[in-house]
Amino acid sequence: MLNPNTWLARRATPLFAGVALVALSTTAALAADSPDPYPSTYAVSPTPALLIRGATVLTGSGARLDRADVLVVDGRVAAVGTALVAPVGARLVDGTGRWVTPGLIDLHSHLGVYPSPAVSAHMDGNEMTAPVTANVWAEHSVWPIDPGFETALEGGVTTLQILPGSGNLIGGRSVVLKNVAAVTYQAMKFPGAAQGLKMACGENPKRVYGTKGVAPMTRMGNVAGYRAQWIEASEYLRDWKEYEAKKRAGGKAADDAKAPKRDLRLETLAGALKGEIPVQMHCYRADEMAIMLDMSREFGFHIAAFHHATEAYKIANLLAEHGVCAAMWADWWGFKMESNDGIEENIAIVDAAPGGCAIVHSDSQEDVQRLNQEAAKAQARGAAAGLSIPPERAITWLTSNPARALGIERQTGTLEPGKMADLVVWDHDPFSVYAHAEQVYIDGVLQYQRGASGPPRSDFLLGQPATSGATP
Amino acid sequence: MNVPRTALLASFLLGTLPFAFTAHADSVLLENGLIHTQGPAGSLKGGSVLIVDGRIRAIGEHLSAPAGTRVVDLKGRAVTPALFGGLGQLGVLEVSEESVTDDSTLHLGQMRPEFDPSYAFNPDSVPVSVARVDGVGFAVLVPGASAGAKGAPGSSILHGLASLTSTDGRGPLAPVALSVTLGQDAGPLAGDSRAAAYMLLSQALEEARGGQTAPGEQRLLTAAGRRVLARFIAEQRPFLIELDRAADIRTAVAFAAREKLKIMIVGGAEAWRVAPLLASAHVPVVLNPLDDLPESFDQIGATLQNAARLHAAGVTLAFTLRASPHDARKLRQAAGIAVANGLPWAAGLAAITTTPAELFGATAEFGALAVGEPANLVVWSGDPLEVTSMVEAQWLDGHERSLRTRQTELRDRYLEKLRAGRAR
Repeated sequence: MLNPNTWLARRATPLFAGVALVALSTTAALAADSPDPYPSTYAVSPTPALLIRGATVLTGSGARLDRADVLVVDGRVAAVGTALVAPVGARLVDGTGRWVTPGLIDLHSHLGVYPSPAVSAHMDGNEMTAPVTANVWAEHSVWPIDPGFETALEGGVTTLQILPGSGNLIGGRSVVLKNVAAVTYQAMKFPGAAQGLKMACGENPKRVYGTKGVAPMTRMGNVAGYRAQWIEASEYLRDWKEYEAKKRAGGKAADDAKAPKRDLRLETLAGALKGEIPVQMHCYRADEMAIMLDMSREFGFHIAAFHHATEAYKIANLLAEHGVCAAMWADWWGFKMESNDGIEENIAIVDAAPGGCAIVHSDSQEDVQRLNQEAAKAQARGAAAGLSIPPERAITWLTSNPARALGIERQTGTLEPGKMADLVVWDHDPFSVYAHAEQVYIDGVLQYQRGASGPPRSDFLLGQPATSGATP
Repeated sequence: MNVPRTALLASFLLGTLPFAFTAHADSVLLENGLIHTQGPAGSLKGGSVLIVDGRIRAIGEHLSAPAGTRVVDLKGRAVTPALFGGLGQLGVLEVSEESVTDDSTLHLGQMRPEFDPSYAFNPDSVPVSVARVDGVGFAVLVPGASAGAKGAPGSSILHGLASLTSTDGRGPLAPVALSVTLGQDAGPLAGDSRAAAYMLLSQALEEARGGQTAPGEQRLLTAAGRRVLARFIAEQRPFLIELDRAADIRTAVAFAAREKLKIMIVGGAEAWRVAPLLASAHVPVVLNPLDDLPESFDQIGATLQNAARLHAAGVTLAFTLRASPHDARKLRQAAGIAVANGLPWAAGLAAITTTPAELFGATAEFGALAVGEPANLVVWSGDPLEVTSMVEAQWLDGHERSLRTRQTELRDRYLEKLRAGRAR
């Protein structure tokens, strides 16, 4: 029996609820059927309980609680309410004047695969050797030393989806990471989170390949390219299902059954068709998103989110009806034709459509440090356009909505009891240019304390003379 | 008064003050505001600004207006001078990825300091209006620089002339600086070594000063280039030098002192490390306050405390972003972020108003509110450095300006569809 969180109950359309059910059941199936050959080694170190008292709490599930307490025990949210009692030995945090939110989730990051410094050796995000590289996994490019992870943490980001770039029609698999210091990416890998499938619409793939004189050169070439892949993947999936059915039948048929040859590319695409791998689609224009929705129906997969989606506001109702999230910037526009119609009310309009799922993403080592400010801009622009958005609603753009698009909404993204204690203590209302994350907890462990001195987390910055004090 | 329906609608939606955009040079009394004059009068709480025929007639606490003057109660709202939009390509670049819409950069493979991109300035460019409605009144148009692709000619380390521009529909206002690259980005423009950039710049300066070349020796500059460079040296007009590495800044400051050039550092990710030198040499920094990652080996020491530290050391500070003209409106957010990281609020506002106006010779119109000057000012819904604040009204070059842009048109078209449930 599912216990949907309040956010699901409040906003679910029948279609969307069905999708959520599928996603949850398949996540479980994936874990059981095909163990990850590159498994997460992320481990939560034992830590005392935590009680934050008297803070303004935005739960991420749509509620705002003033002068409320947040209790964390064994790395999980134990309770949010008033007059909570701290267990013996608990860390006590005075929340007076402070705000507490769930840890922020960046649905679109290239930290680690395009790390700083941006030198040629670090260009590991785009396998632009063929327009379809569904076989590559972004996690195999992640450089855990990227100093950008630490600056993102300082902005309250506790979870990130690291994606391949958008040079290809189908770029490969993403990985979901916990934003903790680690030597290997496996030690950052979000336990149980499905990988995503990165696809890209529009200008990028056709420019990358068209300028080389190979397909795709046009938008129609793009779509023909995806469809050919889905046809192949459908056949691959059918072959495997037939094989598995024979095996299950037993007897001579099972003995004679020959397993189809494993193919990393088709395995990924088949995973998307089975609903095990959420499809994360880079797409700017409204008309192209509508084509992608048709294509998803043609082949029977679900698009978790359109990323960038600078024209999502033109089809806000359509996206909501399909249960598809849009992950957007507050104010990026004009850097190419497909972003030329970007407006500052995009996020607020997507949010305002009944059932709409708006997400603020970064795609940037700079903006990921200030997702709260990006949301603040969108909220203010929305309010000015007559779309009133209280902070308890706007915080969902950075927490529960991206969690939903990643299929990890039962683990994180809100402060409901039982969830991972990924949370941020802000020095005041986070929807402000002056707000700072004072403390950032991941699974109840304090990962960042503003003002604490110490060596840089990144090995790259360690011992660099240029990070030391002023010289005459 | 003929008020467009859309302006009324916007006013209704915003719940804002009853400003009415007109095309005439305006006479209006703005009273009961928080007036940040950015001049000797400082900030006036409960202050007023009287604009008569488009010029500021008076600034004070209890002003009376000539009979018939429109009076607007600001209800305590902040007023600032029109903001600076930073250094960049505003007005000569429409869509970044479409090179046919970008006139910012010379790819001739020649050193042409006389290159003046302001000939291409288009006041009707959409990014100009988008910057304007977020309070940007002036900017500095700087030529771009990049190596040629696959053997094609590229730029040179001396990019060309930088010009003061406004967002009020006028053309470019004046050439104000020469733009130079000497750091990491100079390598591809100077035989793959930043050291060679000094070799080339030295030669160019010598040519401009009338130095003789040996027979058959290749000159770097044309006659026009020599004239431009000679004028900048003689008149002590500024060279904008893009640099981040502390060691490079030290080298450039010493080079400028030897060559008797007036310089400003642009970018300046590691400028804080040489703050005492910059202060004593009176070298201003046009800083990107957002640099805090080692994006290159020139930026290992990048930190969000840069602005606060430079200010504390007495370095003259203006802000810019490393971004496309579409982001000129975001400079005030960058100033707010610098303030959140230790820069005094007044210094943050000065870095996007007064200081850039002083550095680029724009004080006759921009940077501060002063009696006798054309009205170039902005009324804000809140703290102008706060991301949630919005422009409620603005006067540029004496006229109250519309807050409509192509983007607000798109917004209203699709808001209507949303309300009907037909955004699909």
